[in-house]
Amino acid sequence: MATATHPERAGPGEGPGATALPAISLERISKTYRSGGEAVAAVRELDLRVEKGEFFSLLGPSGCGKTTTMRVIAGFEDPTTGTVRLHGDDVTQVPPHRRDVNMVFQSYALFPHMTVFDNVAFGLRRKGVAREELNRRVGEALELVELAGRGRTRPGRLSGGQQQRVALARALVNRPSALLLDEPLGALDLKLRQAMQIELKRIQRDVGITFVYVTHDQGEALTMSDRIAVMNEGRVEQLGTPAEVYEHPATRFTAGFIGTSNLLSGEVADTGGGVTAIEVAGAGRVLAAGGAQAGGFPAGVRVDVTVRPEKVAIARAEPRGDLVRLRGTVTEVVYLGSATHYTVKLGNGAEIVVFQQNSSDAVGAAERGDTVWVSWRPEHSSVLTN
Amino acid sequence: MTATEGTRGGAGAEAERGAGPGAEAVAGAAPRRVRRRPDWGKYLTWAVLAWLFAPILFMVAFSFNDAQGRHNVTWQGFTLRWYGDAFAYPDLNAALANTLSIAVLTMVVSGVLGTLLGVALGRYRFRGRAATDLVMFSAISAPEVVLGAALLSMFLTMNVATGYLTVLLAHVMFSVSFVAITVRARVLTMDASIEEAARDLGAGPVTTFRLVTLPLLLPAVTAGGLIAFALSVDDFIITSFVSGSTQTFPLWIWGATRVGIPPQVNVMGTLIFAVGVLLAAGNVLLARRRAR
Repeated sequence: MATATHPERAGPGEGPGATALPAISLERISKTYRSGGEAVAAVRELDLRVEKGEFFSLLGPSGCGKTTTMRVIAGFEDPTTGTVRLHGDDVTQVPPHRRDVNMVFQSYALFPHMTVFDNVAFGLRRKGVAREELNRRVGEALELVELAGRGRTRPGRLSGGQQQRVALARALVNRPSALLLDEPLGALDLKLRQAMQIELKRIQRDVGITFVYVTHDQGEALTMSDRIAVMNEGRVEQLGTPAEVYEHPATRFTAGFIGTSNLLSGEVADTGGGVTAIEVAGAGRVLAAGGAQAGGFPAGVRVDVTVRPEKVAIARAEPRGDLVRLRGTVTEVVYLGSATHYTVKLGNGAEIVVFQQNSSDAVGAAERGDTVWVSWRPEHSSVLTN
Repeated sequence: MTATEGTRGGAGAEAERGAGPGAEAVAGAAPRRVRRRPDWGKYLTWAVLAWLFAPILFMVAFSFNDAQGRHNVTWQGFTLRWYGDAFAYPDLNAALANTLSIAVLTMVVSGVLGTLLGVALGRYRFRGRAATDLVMFSAISAPEVVLGAALLSMFLTMNVATGYLTVLLAHVMFSVSFVAITVRARVLTMDASIEEAARDLGAGPVTTFRLVTLPLLLPAVTAGGLIAFALSVDDFIITSFVSGSTQTFPLWIWGATRVGIPPQVNVMGTLIFAVGVLLAAGNVLLARRRAR
């Protein structure tokens, strides 16, 4: 158990095979709260592996269990069932102050009665790091977050963005095996938030530490992550790279939560060769070749199929035959400068939203009331489960 | 005061200028004079302050009264005599020493116990929490006479000789709730994740309390401690029941009223008041420095 906090001293685990051990692994983690005599499940049988050096995001709406999951990793919550491993070592019973992970809190949680330097040095002092090394490492950490020279200031005198960076330095200076960030940019205004997203990603690349990032902001997750776990009601809905999760949502929830999606309901008519043909009553046939589950549905099953608005083209002329082609009437045109958003009503009453870039040949592709074709490539449509 | 007046006038004039088209019409003419309403809030504030400070002023003034004979109730001229002769009554000195040492001990003991209680009540949910709350508030709200009588019968039943120790126990009993309530209020406004951050950074529970929780609670702990000190110095009713033959400052004065209170009492009262003011000022300064 003692080795849990010192993975560098793990000895036998440090062989060539050790690199295969995930930085964090959660095995069948459940967390149930008692609330007024009633059991409320925050996390349900969660399995998760975060690889070393990865920028991993837990994305979901509030109450989806993402923060609870993070607090289980940090040790602030005991899971009701399941095992937490850091670099292969079972730390489920290890208290937070002996776990080799550090957390950046949503409220920053800086120590208001200490200077910035003392805040950052707090963790190193607990480990008994000698003064010279301590001074050097704290200096480096403050430099990394561009706060060198502010060491003697008290946190209360810093701006929100600066406090945020102190919180980051205070955690990073300990060189934890994983850094846990709980909506760290939530309190910042939009402009600062965007700047900090790039900054965080840069720091993560520079230090090479595993980041686990909790957020409800899909843009943030898509921008920074190597992989995203989309969470809902205590479970992982979908796990994948930002492109996978965005381009090929696997569930209704993911399709709705991330970005804008067009959703069509139909019946599987034909399947095979990695392509599913879905008959959408009153609108036409939609081929779906995108996503992991493409082609995996038996004929006759009712499913939903989704396509992103920017994948859809709008035209008066009939499109090529290898595309998914549907006919409809333009009910709304919204001009946005760089792009135009069209709403097209199909024969069955369903609406398809189209985002079209205003490149020179696309301007004025259709007007309100026009009968048009909407089309997209089969690999851009994904079949959804549940 | 003049500064406030200035801002007030300025704000009024500005409001006047922004009064719409009418204001435009008189532009160029001399600005219309703002009719000032009497500032009742200000008068009331001064009246309350006067009410609060009048008795203290008299206490201080009469410590400089050149009183003749046994009574110090009419002004007879200024003297510093009593300050030079402050400790002329050995039993008064002993009573004062008792009062001060009991007050300091009360402050320390109820400060420690009250802080722990306040943290527990503010931070944790546990069995008996509601009951603890109830006991605390009843200790505050129960009439002192009843508490004093009850304590005396308790000590008698338990065969505990009344004296210095029983006074101390009684004082801690009624002060601890005040400290606990002050500390709890502070705990409730404190971000719990600050303590979690300390834990996360490798501090065990004890280290976290010492380095983070306690320093952040300190303003409330000192405020609570000062309240305890003040309550203890002051207390007469409960003390009179459980003091046995031990004299305290208030008890001695009460005894002296029948034969005349010497000016030394005013001198000591003034000194205690001065120390209290200094402590309170120190607390304010400390809080201000921490806030920065």
